[in-house]
Amino acid sequence: MGSDALTVRDRQVSPVPGPVGPPVTAPTLVVVTVPPGPAPVHPVIPDTPAAPPAPDSVGRAAATPDEPQPHAALGLRDEEYARIRAILGRRPTEAELAMYSVMWSEHCSYKSSKVHLRRFGETTTEAMRARLLAGIGENAGVVDVGDGWAVTFKIESHNHPSYVEPHQGAATGVGGIVRDIMAMGARPVAVMDGLRVGPLDAPDTARVLPGVVSGVGFYGNCLGLPNIGGEVVFDPSYAGNPLVNALCVGVLRHEDLHLAFASGAGNKIVLFGARTGLDGIGGVSVLASETFAEDTGRKKLPSVQVGDPFAEKVLIECCLDLFRDGLVVGIQDLGGAGLSCATSELASAGDGGMHVDLDAVPLRAENMTAAEILSSESQERMCAVVTPKNVDAFMAVCRRWDVTATVIGEVTDGEHLQITHRGETVVDVPPRTVAHDGPVYERPYARPDWQDALQADTVAGRPRPTAPDEIATQIRALVASPALAPRTWVTEQYDRYVRGNTTAATPADAGIVRVDEAGGRGVAVSIDANARFCQLDPRAGAQLALAESVRNVASSGAVPVAVTDCLNFGSPEDPAVMWQFAEAVGGLAEACAALALPVTGGNVSFYNQTGTAAILPTPVVGVLGILADVARAVPHGLGPEGHAVWLLGGTRDELDGSTWAGVLHDHLGGTPPRVDLAAEARLAALMASAGADGLLSGAHDLSDGGLAQALVEAALATGRGATVTGPPAPGLDLATVLFSESGARMLVTVAPGDEPELARRCAEAGQPAARLGEVGGDVLRIEGVDALPLAELRALGEATLPAALD
Amino acid sequence: MTGARIGVITFPGTLDDVDAARAVRYAGGEAVELWHDDADLRGVDAVVVPGGFSYGDYLRAGAIAARSPVMGPVVEAGRAGMPVLGICNGFQILCEAGLLPGALVRNQGLRFVCREVGLRVEAATAWTAGFTVGQDIRVPLKSGEGRYVADTATLDALEAEGRVVFRYTEPAPNGALRDIAGISSADGRVVGLMPHPEHAIDALTGPGTDGLGLFTSVVAGLTTAA
Repeated sequence: MGSDALTVRDRQVSPVPGPVGPPVTAPTLVVVTVPPGPAPVHPVIPDTPAAPPAPDSVGRAAATPDEPQPHAALGLRDEEYARIRAILGRRPTEAELAMYSVMWSEHCSYKSSKVHLRRFGETTTEAMRARLLAGIGENAGVVDVGDGWAVTFKIESHNHPSYVEPHQGAATGVGGIVRDIMAMGARPVAVMDGLRVGPLDAPDTARVLPGVVSGVGFYGNCLGLPNIGGEVVFDPSYAGNPLVNALCVGVLRHEDLHLAFASGAGNKIVLFGARTGLDGIGGVSVLASETFAEDTGRKKLPSVQVGDPFAEKVLIECCLDLFRDGLVVGIQDLGGAGLSCATSELASAGDGGMHVDLDAVPLRAENMTAAEILSSESQERMCAVVTPKNVDAFMAVCRRWDVTATVIGEVTDGEHLQITHRGETVVDVPPRTVAHDGPVYERPYARPDWQDALQADTVAGRPRPTAPDEIATQIRALVASPALAPRTWVTEQYDRYVRGNTTAATPADAGIVRVDEAGGRGVAVSIDANARFCQLDPRAGAQLALAESVRNVASSGAVPVAVTDCLNFGSPEDPAVMWQFAEAVGGLAEACAALALPVTGGNVSFYNQTGTAAILPTPVVGVLGILADVARAVPHGLGPEGHAVWLLGGTRDELDGSTWAGVLHDHLGGTPPRVDLAAEARLAALMASAGADGLLSGAHDLSDGGLAQALVEAALATGRGATVTGPPAPGLDLATVLFSESGARMLVTVAPGDEPELARRCAEAGQPAARLGEVGGDVLRIEGVDALPLAELRALGEATLPAALD
Repeated sequence: MTGARIGVITFPGTLDDVDAARAVRYAGGEAVELWHDDADLRGVDAVVVPGGFSYGDYLRAGAIAARSPVMGPVVEAGRAGMPVLGICNGFQILCEAGLLPGALVRNQGLRFVCREVGLRVEAATAWTAGFTVGQDIRVPLKSGEGRYVADTATLDALEAEGRVVFRYTEPAPNGALRDIAGISSADGRVVGLMPHPEHAIDALTGPGTDGLGLFTSVVAGLTTAA
């Protein structure tokens, strides 16, 4: 992936002071006050006209080399500031300093993660790239899904804003990832959300989770994007630092692919969408406060941006009309770092030369400085490169949708990005030095000294139930636990039907959307992580996350083809966290190579911690799979009455890190289940072929809670019970068989007449398989366990979230 | 006559227009795009006002859309007997436009609710003629402001005149008064409902095909009339 790394639209607000090096006394470029407690309320000072100060021009900067600049307060280390001065041959202007500081920040430059993320590029072979129309470095990866269709998908984090202001933080997280997808020329068609919060009964969870869910729902519902799945995970490590990861899927025809670049001297730069304001300006307000005396009447605006999904919906339709009419040469969304990012990335992806006039930018506040205009993260904005002859037609499309559009500059012959404000040149930089040539750090990393003790502390010594009623009691406890209880309370707040192409959504293992209404072609998507496994072994944990996501997609019969990842970790300045990160990235890259799945893009989120306590390492992995015909997808859950229930895959004594260990013993220790990627690949291949041939009447993958929970969920999914025995597992007691979380396993149902064919295919593939019993009735009967009526199981699980949140 | 021409309006912020148009096609009709800013119905035989968040619903839901150019002729035609169906935001718009009585307010639980609901068809109208009165159907409900309210006199009149077209078969998830999910104009030509029949036209993508009946009803009526 080279120095392009991953592009980021995220706005990571660091709850701990910025980079290593000399301690900084003022807040870094990041903005929001740190947990706990609400953001301070600033007095609103009435607007009084103040004469705009003269811009800090390039000429002035050259003439005043010794003027002190607040680089440290903006999060830049002394040596980074020195490097900027060396690049420019003078001190940066205020506007340049704002651009460099935000673009060289951790969340834009990947300065701590870059050296590790290169692993993805190194392990991606040409064969793995065969389906990729665009990969890492673009706004989102684009995958050929056949018949001339392409799908783009990407996951991003919006963690820290969602803690400060859960509703808007989560809402703008959805908005940001949707614009990334739009920037590829695609129509966004679905979203998913991976949410991680503190324990369900923790006081702040009642603030954070409902706010986040309402924000995800508000934005996605108003945009008309079905929410097709995701995760909700409760763990104490997220109590002061929730994770909000949002994924968007977009669809396009091959010929509609648009990339972000500006080339062709004379082409116009058009800014369109919402006006630019003081919201989400963040740390650059440090500059403003130096420029404006306190009494000049600047209104303080919230650091967390405020989303307007209606504006974004209109922007989507407007963009699609612009693409349809061929009016766009290059396009870039405005997210983190706003115009600083969009202009420098567009210019450096082209030939370098660009002129932008900030006086043309439509503003919603008076007297904004160049630094503020460039740094504003006002939402719902896009930037396009348009040939001069198409400008009128471009504007006409925008008028139809009542979208504000303004030519703010043009591509030039030079190699510099030049930005003027109030008649003065305030930025004159080689754009690549802003967008791509940021600092790269080899942060020290070391296996934490507690890792050995953690791995030695296995759950093996804890009692396992043996009596039928004891086992049943534990199954009920798991069903009702926050870890496994149905997420209906969450998903009922999300529209899953809009656009009429959703054929599966939560609680199905993977969300499925039809791409081609005529032919039935579609995609299945899942996002997964098991941070408990990652804590025990980040390398294996990341691989298990990929394995689970692959399994979820494969359970529908889809063929997994691509990966996106959202790597949520603590502070990169902590060598233990950096070790977790390096291990997880290395493990994920290795596993992707083993399964021949390219990572097409994603996002890194560091500084997820409370004080010095980091979150559990949480690499969330999204997998995209292809279905030739969504109507032939394997249904989720147990099939019709009388069909046989089979378990594919072998079960071992693997309870360390399991949900059983967590829920029944409040235990996290030992080593996670064995990673067997060959077994995962074999299982996925079998599911794809058996699914395509219509051999399977139902399926559900095994993951959290093991076989017992899989049986419960599969039964509840279709309202049909089953009578089963545990699979043969020599030397293992029934509880271990039921609660172990061994990988590479899938529950399937098959018509009695098709059992010989399934058995034949399993034998041929070397796929371990066992017949467990039959579907039927409204009770789950497991031999050796007291009968479990479905109505009771349903009531138990469905009560958990409402009891805590309503 | 070959197929009814049914207009589907798109306001900025409309979301379910593609679904409504698909439902019209599945029912054998021709879907005709109508644009919020055009004061012209392009000669259609019926109109669907689909769901979504017209103009962001930043005033009362449906209030701005009710005053958009296209709604002038819709109101006029609806009063003259043209079949008009308002779904979700479309129902809100028809109430705001005065074609239907009452109003839709914030759900009782204050949260957006998306789930399949059971509805009883209680009246034969231009949009429900193909159902049997008393028939139960299943369609998705998805709204944050779906609680139907009206004063007691209006509610009594609606009941007395057989204008309650759809009633939730379980307690209304949004707290709608008298569990009312949908109502009609006095002549049964204009119908509004909060749940989404256009999302229940294919078992692959919805709870079943019950919702298609609204569209086949109107297509059949228009075809017969011609």
